Amino acid sequence: MTEMSYLDGNMLDGPMRELFTVDLSTAMGRCENCGMTGSMASLHVYSHAPGLVARCPSCESVMVRLVRAPDRAWLDMRGVTYLQVPMPMERPLPEPL
Amino acid sequence: MGIVSPGFQGRPRSQEPALPPGQYLTEDFPVLSAGPTPRVSLDTWEFVISAENGTEYRWSWQELMALPQETPMVDIHCVTHWSKLGTTWQGVSLDTLLDGVDTGAHFALAHSYGGYTTNLPLDDLRGGRAWVAHTFDGAPLPAEHGGPARLLVPHLYFWKSAKWVRGIRLKTMDEPGFWETAGYHDYGDPWREQRYQGD
Repeated sequence: MTEMSYLDGNMLDGPMRELFTVDLSTAMGRCENCGMTGSMASLHVYSHAPGLVARCPSCESVMVRLVRAPDRAWLDMRGVTYLQVPMPMERPLPEPL
Repeated sequence: MGIVSPGFQGRPRSQEPALPPGQYLTEDFPVLSAGPTPRVSLDTWEFVISAENGTEYRWSWQELMALPQETPMVDIHCVTHWSKLGTTWQGVSLDTLLDGVDTGAHFALAHSYGGYTTNLPLDDLRGGRAWVAHTFDGAPLPAEHGGPARLLVPHLYFWKSAKWVRGIRLKTMDEPGFWETAGYHDYGDPWREQRYQGD
């Protein structure tokens, strides 16, 4: 059996940069707790706190936490099953592998 | 010896408020919250200490009020840089609640109505340094400040003083809580300015 090879996390730089330059408010997110899928702009964000806490508008579970230190930030999205981001292809789909 | 000696101008140091580094003094009581405010009826309120062997020790509201009460006057320090000095509370010492709890655990995870959690070494809940507080400034603790009852651990940053506290799980391994898993310091000593991981 052939071992599947993998790449180190540096390869994520390009794809992630493309993802995180989008306007997140246009993205759809799925709540890990209740499964509701809706606009990220509809989340309930509590900002009078040591960090930003974004909760599902349906079940109030925590979906996103963002903590900002002077020199660092932490993003925790364990409450989001996925993000669906409008992202039209800039060139045709590649050939099948 | 420094070239500027204290005392030639301004107030003598002995009269200055004792603030940890990076903190400013506030006279009001800011409300911080990471979610909706739970509304907990005293009829159903309970406080539970869960030992690492699974044994649970429970107190109803009436049972909590029947325990010896203390009235600590303490300074509180929020990680968002405000400090409030000389606050007066009433509550039950964790020494009282932990008395008779059979445990060999070294860590505690406080948990709250609403789902909040925060972790502390169990030793920090002992020695007259931690309370389950239900009264602030002579009045029942308002819900926005954590009422009916909150943890009060004033020697650590105030996020450790869990609002709406419901119980404490005693643990053999340290388990980071809500803010501790999102970049904040595991211990949170304001005098050592332990705000974030690695501080």
